[in-house]
Amino acid sequence: MHATDHLNEADRLMTVCNSCRYCEGLCAVFPAMELRRSFADGDLNYLANLCHACGACYVDCQFSPPHEFQVNVPQTMAKVRTDSYRHYAWPKAFQPMFERNGLAIAIVAALSVAGFILGFALWHDPSVLTGTSGEFYRLMPHNVMAGLFGAVALYALLAIVMGFLNFWRDIGAGSVSAASGLSIWQAVKDVASLRYLDGGGVGCYNADEKPTDNRRLYHHLTFYGFLLCFAATSTGTIYHYVFDWPAPYGWTSLPKLFGIPGGIGLVVGPVGLFLAKLKRQDDLVDKAKFGMETAFLAMMFATGLTGLVLMVLRETSAMGIALAVHLGVVFALFLTMPYGKFVHGFYRFGALMLYAAERKADRPATVPTTAKA
Amino acid sequence: MKCERLDTDVLVVGGGNAALCAAIAARRKGARVLVVEAAPKFYRGGNTRHTRNMRCAHDTATETLTGPYTEEEFWDDLLRVTEGNTDEALAKHMIAASKEMLTWITEQGVRFQPSLGGTLSLGRTNSFFLGGGRAMLNALYLTAEKLGVDVLYDAPVTALEIDGGSFRAAIARIGGRDVRIAAKSLVAAAGGFEANIDWLKEGWGERAENFLIRGTPCNRGDVLKMLLANGVEAIGDPTQCHAVAIDARAPKFDGGIITRLDCVVFGIVVNRHAERFYDEGEDFWPKRYAIWGRLVAAQPDQIAYIIFDAKSLKLFMPSLFPPISADSIGELAHKLDLPVEALETTVGTFNAAVQPGSFDHTVFDDCRTRGLAIEKTHWARRLEDPPFYAYPVRPGITFTYLGTRVDREARMQLAAGGATGNMFSAGEIMAGNVLGKGYAAGVGMTIGSVFGRIAGEGAANHACN
Repeated sequence: MHATDHLNEADRLMTVCNSCRYCEGLCAVFPAMELRRSFADGDLNYLANLCHACGACYVDCQFSPPHEFQVNVPQTMAKVRTDSYRHYAWPKAFQPMFERNGLAIAIVAALSVAGFILGFALWHDPSVLTGTSGEFYRLMPHNVMAGLFGAVALYALLAIVMGFLNFWRDIGAGSVSAASGLSIWQAVKDVASLRYLDGGGVGCYNADEKPTDNRRLYHHLTFYGFLLCFAATSTGTIYHYVFDWPAPYGWTSLPKLFGIPGGIGLVVGPVGLFLAKLKRQDDLVDKAKFGMETAFLAMMFATGLTGLVLMVLRETSAMGIALAVHLGVVFALFLTMPYGKFVHGFYRFGALMLYAAERKADRPATVPTTAKA
Repeated sequence: MKCERLDTDVLVVGGGNAALCAAIAARRKGARVLVVEAAPKFYRGGNTRHTRNMRCAHDTATETLTGPYTEEEFWDDLLRVTEGNTDEALAKHMIAASKEMLTWITEQGVRFQPSLGGTLSLGRTNSFFLGGGRAMLNALYLTAEKLGVDVLYDAPVTALEIDGGSFRAAIARIGGRDVRIAAKSLVAAAGGFEANIDWLKEGWGERAENFLIRGTPCNRGDVLKMLLANGVEAIGDPTQCHAVAIDARAPKFDGGIITRLDCVVFGIVVNRHAERFYDEGEDFWPKRYAIWGRLVAAQPDQIAYIIFDAKSLKLFMPSLFPPISADSIGELAHKLDLPVEALETTVGTFNAAVQPGSFDHTVFDDCRTRGLAIEKTHWARRLEDPPFYAYPVRPGITFTYLGTRVDREARMQLAAGGATGNMFSAGEIMAGNVLGKGYAAGVGMTIGSVFGRIAGEGAANHACN
């Protein structure tokens, strides 16, 4: 027996799938499964995070519902996956955040935004919120801003790393040296191309059995949009501290060249993913976690949108409010990162590293015995 | 009462690989095509949904095939498995046509994967569908729909109007009403009758009650029966079917691939009197796969038990149900409801007869028994390492051999002599022309694709001229 009903169901399915193996060419989950004969919790959490929920194995399965064997790998893996985010989260006291993640993120975001607006107003007099200078640091000195965001970013990083290490140990990644350079490089390539979100080549399954590649496209826009925005912020920080070039920056500066397409990606990508989510067959998803996934997309969208709005409004009287809102959103994003859908990227990356290492070693990872039921 | 009516150029009855290849081929020739599938949408495609690969001749290795497989070699393989029960001209015609099927079927959206795992060593001869047979079907249906082929599900044909060897119309039961579908030509691709227990009993007697059917409950052979009743010439042995030994705990219908067991060679097989009844080490499992269904069907209550010990547990593909296990042979007999003493005696006698040898299940090794009434001629090892394991097995029926005789154009032949004018058949319903006995992996799909395409094109030509 496993720790949860979802893990028990995943175990049942992996036994069915292991005796069929028709799906072995579709993605990494099935070849990884074939290396094993029995499944500990750590194995199932690994396989669940290796699954990209493309839906191909569901549409192709001769045993999916209404067949009496009721084989639904994408949905079961989605449930195990979201359970795993909660299970590995650090510190343990914050694990309940995952229960009502959407609500929690909304509250944190609202409080952060309000806090920044209020803070600006209290720091200076309220008129700064309506000034037209276009100078951000009159509202909040750069060092304060950097300190505040540096602290919250460090906390987010720490919490994510600690959670990731919990996952890494539980899936036995060390037993096949999954942290090798080759494994990392293979995982980078797989992540960068979303290799396993292609349904084995034709795209993934959303509203019906006709595959499309939309989700991959929107995921790319979101992912690369986020990376570009991250690059924009990083280059801005370097400009400020290394070259002593304070914001605002010109249109051809690196922060702008990264930030504008990044912001557009973060607006278009999450909207596309959200619309795809609304149309997705109920059979394929973990509906109970709709709130978590929507909150994540909303935060990404809000980050991109408020960033773009700020750029447009920065020389108007609305700059103060726009800046406060953007900073509030980004602050909330950082704070909630370790306790929401954002972590899927890290766990999936870790799972892909382990998969690459297992392929190379031609044997499965050995999960720590404490992880066995 | 007003009768509902439909009309089309080509009516395809059935919904599997052969039916869809026919529908697509006919549509590409410009005909209006209607497919009526008896099953609900999920179960569409009959046995195709449980298939995995297809065998085609090819002159060179490809992305998905490890080497050439010539027409001659394919013919030799077919001759061997059928023991000559095949229409040579038709079979060779099919093998020649199979060479371009891989290209054609890929053009219809079907995708193949490199042969990866499992215990089958078919990487050179057979192309594996990416995602399996249902994925292949999904691709064919998508293509058919894009081309404008109409498909009706839950639409079993209940009657055929055939006049002097010429098809006029079919009556299908759709949504609780009888609909008359007139068509200029017919492609019958409605499979065999393996899910029709009453029909199986005609050949097997009451034993058939204990058979498990590996595919859908929809393969009842109703259309085949109507065709034969309307003067179409039969081919194939009506009493025969392809039977393998599968897990006795499998559902009555549609257990599919995951109920198969390939551990016979590692242990002994006993009937419900705890007696062995055949040489478990006669040949490699894939080659002997099809004999154990028949062997078990001949045993009392049509049940048998594969018994092995701890050292063999991980030497074969896992299956759906866990083996029944016990720490002693006596306890195992008790759990299986077998006579305890008899099983202990059988195992003891077997163990005593095992000769020294070096075990290697990948070759015909020298591990054998000596002095038994039924020897185990290879891979014989003592059952002595607890825990002991057992799988109960029953005959699992895959397909039947009786069908409609056809010519090279897939045109049905009349029992009274001569070809029908506008009636074609493809797939399992005419597979007996090529495969009168035995089976080789992937041949069913070859028959379906090749004759499906031929039938569809022939039907369209007839309808449009």
